Amino acid sequence: MISAFIRTAIPLGVPLLYGSTGEIITEKSGHLNLGIPGIMYVGSIGGVIGAFLYENACGNVLENMNPFLTIFIPLICSLLGSILMGLIYSFLTVTLRANQNVTGLALTTFGIGIGNFFGGSLSKLVNSDMPNIILTKTSSLYRTSLPFADKLGWFGEIFLSHDFLTYFSVIVALVAAFVLNRTRVGLNLRAVGENPATADAAGINVTRYKYISTCIGSAIAGLGGLQYVMAYANGVWSNNAFGDRGWMAIALVIFALWKPNMAILGSFLFGALCNVNNYLTGLGTATQELFKMLPYVVTLVVLIITSMRKKREHQPPQSLGLPYFREER
Amino acid sequence: MSTQAAIELKNICKRFGPVVANNNVCLTANRGEILSILGENGSGKTTLMNMISGIYFPDEGQIFINGEEAVIASPKDAFDYKIGMIHQHFKLVDVFTATENIVLGLDEGKYNLKEAEKKVQEICDLYGFELDPKKKIYTMSVSEKQTVEIVKVLYRGADILILDEPTAVLTPIEIRKLFAVLKKMREDGKVIIIITHKLNEVMEISDRVSVLRKGEYIGTVNTSETSESELTEMMVGKKIDLNIERTQSENVTPRLEVHHINCSNREGLKVLDDVSFVANAGEILGIAGIAGSGQRELLESIAGLQKLDSGAVLYRNPKTGKMDNLATKTPLQIRELGVRLSFVPEDRLGMGLVGNMDIVDNMMLRSYTKGKGLFLERKAPRDLAEHIIDDLEVVTPDANTPVRRLSGGNVQKVLVGREIAASPTVLMAAYPVRGLDINSSYMIYNLLNQQKERGVAVIFVGEDLDVLLALCDRILVIGSGRITGLVDARTATKEEIGLLMTKTEAMAQSDDEGGEQNG
Repeated sequence: MISAFIRTAIPLGVPLLYGSTGEIITEKSGHLNLGIPGIMYVGSIGGVIGAFLYENACGNVLENMNPFLTIFIPLICSLLGSILMGLIYSFLTVTLRANQNVTGLALTTFGIGIGNFFGGSLSKLVNSDMPNIILTKTSSLYRTSLPFADKLGWFGEIFLSHDFLTYFSVIVALVAAFVLNRTRVGLNLRAVGENPATADAAGINVTRYKYISTCIGSAIAGLGGLQYVMAYANGVWSNNAFGDRGWMAIALVIFALWKPNMAILGSFLFGALCNVNNYLTGLGTATQELFKMLPYVVTLVVLIITSMRKKREHQPPQSLGLPYFREER
Repeated sequence: MSTQAAIELKNICKRFGPVVANNNVCLTANRGEILSILGENGSGKTTLMNMISGIYFPDEGQIFINGEEAVIASPKDAFDYKIGMIHQHFKLVDVFTATENIVLGLDEGKYNLKEAEKKVQEICDLYGFELDPKKKIYTMSVSEKQTVEIVKVLYRGADILILDEPTAVLTPIEIRKLFAVLKKMREDGKVIIIITHKLNEVMEISDRVSVLRKGEYIGTVNTSETSESELTEMMVGKKIDLNIERTQSENVTPRLEVHHINCSNREGLKVLDDVSFVANAGEILGIAGIAGSGQRELLESIAGLQKLDSGAVLYRNPKTGKMDNLATKTPLQIRELGVRLSFVPEDRLGMGLVGNMDIVDNMMLRSYTKGKGLFLERKAPRDLAEHIIDDLEVVTPDANTPVRRLSGGNVQKVLVGREIAASPTVLMAAYPVRGLDINSSYMIYNLLNQQKERGVAVIFVGEDLDVLLALCDRILVIGSGRITGLVDARTATKEEIGLLMTKTEAMAQSDDEGGEQNG
C-alpha cells in the first residue's frame, strides 16, 4: 500500500518538477514568467497534435508506427510549441520591456486558449462528442518502463516502474543545478538576474542570457505538459484536465528557494500531498477538498519561514521582475 | 622613467545634448605615477574618465595608449588596453563571493573557483590588500567592497587604474590603507588616476594634478610645486559678476533655529554631525558644499522627513511669537506651520511631483485634505495651476498635461511655484536651477528674492558658488555633515568658500583621529 502510494505520487510530481525547473532557470535571469501554466499547456497540446498526426498517417495501426518517430515527433512538436511561447515572452519582456506580470498572465490565458482550441478541433476531426482525443498507441510507447519493474517487489514498483520522461525530469533538474552553481555560464546567468548592470559592465550579453534562459526554461516546462498527457493521462487529452499544475510549479519555485535540486524534493513532496486524498478512505467531499489544499498550505508555511529567516541566499534574484535598460543608469 | 606617456588624451570633447561636459581636454599620465584629476561637482571629471573606460565615446579628440592611437568603444575594449575603472557606485553582485564577482564575465578556460581564489589571494598578498576571497559581498563593509573592485581590475591584468572618488565612502584609517596600497602599485609601475575634490588628499598622494572646471581643462601642475590655495583658485576660478540683484530687507529676525542636530543614515554612518545655525526671516541663507555632504538630510530634518538622533529644530511662529520644536512634529504639521520644502533631486521628479499626474493633480497633492466630505475640491487647484502657468510662463499645452512631459525647467517652475503659492514662512529650495537655462534660472532667483522681501526665511542649497555669492545674504558651508563655516556673502570670496568646502574635511578628519586616540 505504501509502495503503491509512492508509485502513484511520483507521476503527479513530474509535471511540477519540469515546470519549476524551467521557471527557476527563467527566474535566475531576472524574469518572472507567469506564463508557465500556459506554456505547459501548449507543450501538452503540441505533443498531442504531433502524436495525432503521426498516428493518423500510420492509419492508426500500432504495427505501422516506427517507435523512434512515435516518441520523437510529439516530443519535437511539444518543444516547438513551448519554445515559441518562450520567444513571445522574451520578445515582449526583454526587447520591448513590457511588464512581466501582465505578459505572463496574458500568455497563460493565451496558451490555455490555444490548447482548448486545438483540443476541440482535433476531437471534431475524429467526430467525437466529447472534447477528448485518445492516443493510447503513442502513450503506450511513452509509458515504457525500465526492465525488471514488476520483478523486484517494492523496489521495482517505486524506482523502476516509471516512464522515461520521469527519469529525465530528475536528470534535467540535476543538470540545471550543476550548471547554475558550478559553471561559468551559471555564474553569469545568476549575475544577470541579480544585477544586470553589473553583468553588463563585466561584458556579459544580458539580452542573450535572458532570451536563452527564458526559452530553455519554457522548453523544460513544456515537457511537463507532454509527460502529463502522454504518460500520466495515458494519452487521453481532454480540455482543462491539466488543471492548476502550472501554478503549483510556480509556487514550488518559492518552496525550492530557487534551487533545482530542492525542486526535486519539493515536487515529489507536492505529488505526495496531492495524492493523500486518494488514499484516505471514507472522506467526505468537503474533507477531500481540504486535503487538496495541503500543497498550498505548505508553500505558504515555507514562504513565511524563509522570509522570517531573511537569509540573503534564500531570497529571489534581486532584479526579478525588473526590466533592464542600459541607458537608465 | 621612460618619457613616453602611458596614456595621453588630446582635445577630447563630449556633449550631452546642449550641455558641454568636456571641452578640449588634454591629459597625460606616465607609468609609475599617480595623477589626480581635481574639480568641483559637474566639472566633467567622471565623464572624462568614463570615456577612457569605454562607457562613453568622445565626440571629438584622440586617445593614445603607449603612444598609439586607441579606439575605446566599450568596456571590453578598455580591458584589452589594460584599463580598469573603479566606479564610485560599486558594480558587484551582493549574493556572490568576492572571487565570484572578480571572475564574473571572464572567459579563461576551465571554470575553477579554487584556482581563482588562489590567484585573488596572490594579488592581495602582493599589494597588501586585506580580503577574504570567499566572503559574500553583502556581509562586507564599504571599504572591503572597494577592495574587491580594485582586485577585480588587477585580476584582469589592468595596469592603468582609474579610481572615481575612492575616498568618499571611507573612514580616515581606511583611506590611509588605500593610499598605502596605491603607493605600492605606483612602485610596481602602474598608472593610477584618481578623481577627487579633496585637496588634502591630492597633496598627500599624487605626483601631478590636472584641474578641470566646468568641463574645461585648466592645467596640470606638479604637486610638489603647488599649494592648496593655488589649486583652489584653479578649481573655482575667478569671480564672475552675475547681476543678480540682492535686496536689503528690513526686519531681519530669527525664524528657524537649528540646535545641535545629529542624524545617521541607514548604514549607521553619521550624515549630520552637530549642526547648528539660525535662518532669519527676510534673508536668503545659502548652503554650499560638495554634493552629498549632508545638504539633503539637513533640509529633510527641518521638514520632518528625517529622524533625528538628537538636537532640536526651533521654529518661531510669526503669528503667535511662540517657539515650536519641529523635531516633535509630523511632516504634515510642519507644513501647516508654513515650512515648505521644494527639493529638486537629481532625477527632478523623485520628490515633490508625480510625473504621470497632470499639473492640476500635482497641485492637489498639497490640498487633498481640504475638500468637503468625501469629494475632492478640484476648483482651487485648477485655478492655482493656471495661475502658476501664467505667472511663471510655464511652457505646457494646458494644465492637464502630465508633468513628465514638460521640460526640466518647467517641471521645476511648477514645483517651486506650488510651494511659493502656499505663502510659506520658511522656503527651502535645493538645487532649484539644476539643469535650467539662464532665463529660467533668473526667474527662479527672482522668485526667491520676492519671497525674501515678503519676510520669508529662504534656505537655498546651490552648486554654483557664483550664484550663491550673488544671491544669498549669508552662506553656510557644510562638509561631511559638519558646518565648516558661515560667511557673509557680501564680503566672502569664492576661494574662501572653496577652501571651506574642501580643506576643512582634513581638519574634520584630524578631529576624528584625535577622538579615536582618546577613546
